[in-house]
Amino acid sequence: MSITVIDYGSGNLKSAAKALETAANNININTKIVVTSDPKEIKQSDKIVLPGQGSFRDCYSSIKKIPGLNETLNEFVLEKKKPILGICVGMQLFAKTGYESQETKGFGWIDAEVRKINNMSKKLKLPHMGWNEIELKKDCFLFSNIKNKSHVYFIHSYEFMTKEKDCVIATTNYGNSIIVSIEKENIVGTQFHPEKSQKNGLIILENFLKWKI
Amino acid sequence: MLKNRIIPCLDVKDGRVVKGINFVDLVDAGDPVEQAKIYDEQGADELCFLDITASNENRNIMLETVKKTAEKCFMPLTVGGGVRTIEDIRNLLLAGADKVSINTAAVNNKNLVKESSEKFGSQCIVVAVDAKKVKENKWEIFTHGGRKSTGIDVMKFVEKMESMGAGEILLTSMDRDGTKKGYDLDLTKKVSSLVNIPVIASGGVGNLEHLQQGIKIGKANAVLAASIFHFGEFSIKDAKKYLDSKGIAVRI
Repeated sequence: MSITVIDYGSGNLKSAAKALETAANNININTKIVVTSDPKEIKQSDKIVLPGQGSFRDCYSSIKKIPGLNETLNEFVLEKKKPILGICVGMQLFAKTGYESQETKGFGWIDAEVRKINNMSKKLKLPHMGWNEIELKKDCFLFSNIKNKSHVYFIHSYEFMTKEKDCVIATTNYGNSIIVSIEKENIVGTQFHPEKSQKNGLIILENFLKWKI
Repeated sequence: MLKNRIIPCLDVKDGRVVKGINFVDLVDAGDPVEQAKIYDEQGADELCFLDITASNENRNIMLETVKKTAEKCFMPLTVGGGVRTIEDIRNLLLAGADKVSINTAAVNNKNLVKESSEKFGSQCIVVAVDAKKVKENKWEIFTHGGRKSTGIDVMKFVEKMESMGAGEILLTSMDRDGTKKGYDLDLTKKVSSLVNIPVIASGGVGNLEHLQQGIKIGKANAVLAASIFHFGEFSIKDAKKYLDSKGIAVRI
């Protein structure tokens, strides 16, 4: 199996690639992990991981600057219907619109918006940074072998808000209930960082690698 | 709910772990990657590397250390020490750091925090503040490992850093660092209440009660310590068990 971690200049791709490699070893799946933005390589992969660090606007504009990348991702996800995992801002980009620094269009694969977390009149600190518990909302392969209320690592100030409630597979509590994981057909995403969530994170990546559509 | 973080810090010089008392008297105590793995297994919430070499010729050793650690430990890693330019930050992030802490350069180059948080996101820019009490209720910023006074008021500085885009404050009391007398709780509480970004308390931990005080009295979101963990006095697990027994929310 070949997995591409999409490289569009967002930091720390090595952690994601290394964690995927470790997860693949844990479950004895022979996997080739490539870190690239080359549309040709992406087209040949079985699954892709879209990481993301920084602002919604910067991430999406970096993707659009790489010739053919936006089109290739749309084709991979919407036409070929192959599996994609978005991490943090990577997941946020699945939304129609983001409101970080200014209104920006995203991929629009999910009818959603990305808005700043309500800090409850400054009672809560932002970024939402550290380990928080996830509330599993329905059965999903991504959280197989993960107990409800497991801890995962977060670092974000903006949240994913969607009317497509069926897509929501996990939430967490930070002042309000925040959507932290979604699933829609061949698309999954986590607001938290599985590649930084120690054992729980590796299990989640293993589940993504095992996923068959 | 979001848990309070326990962060072991490793002072690294020329690729080796050391921990100084008031930044002198360095005792060599091991390989940072091996140490990091132990903390990972013990369930540390984050790791912090502080490069105290800060001499340019040995910069790349730290990048190697970060790289090797990030390949083995799937947990958040903050790296600081000698970070001066956007390029330094980029190199550390590419090597596998999740957050980069900026100390002296945040004071000398006001735009670095702004530029880097715009470029890489506030979430990965930590401003490390070395504070020294100059009179009752007044603290001043010191740079260059605590040797150089700047005359800058700590409270004004942290507010400014927040507005420039810092995502977190790593607050070290220079009066307490290496003393094992506990955090400067007045300082910690004042800064924590002032800014709306997370604050890490640092400097002075000698026992587990000090960690509790940092969170409960100092209102810090995370507590950092080096020697009590490093020399095996207490494990991260001991610390979490203790804090949990005192009613403080930690990840167990």
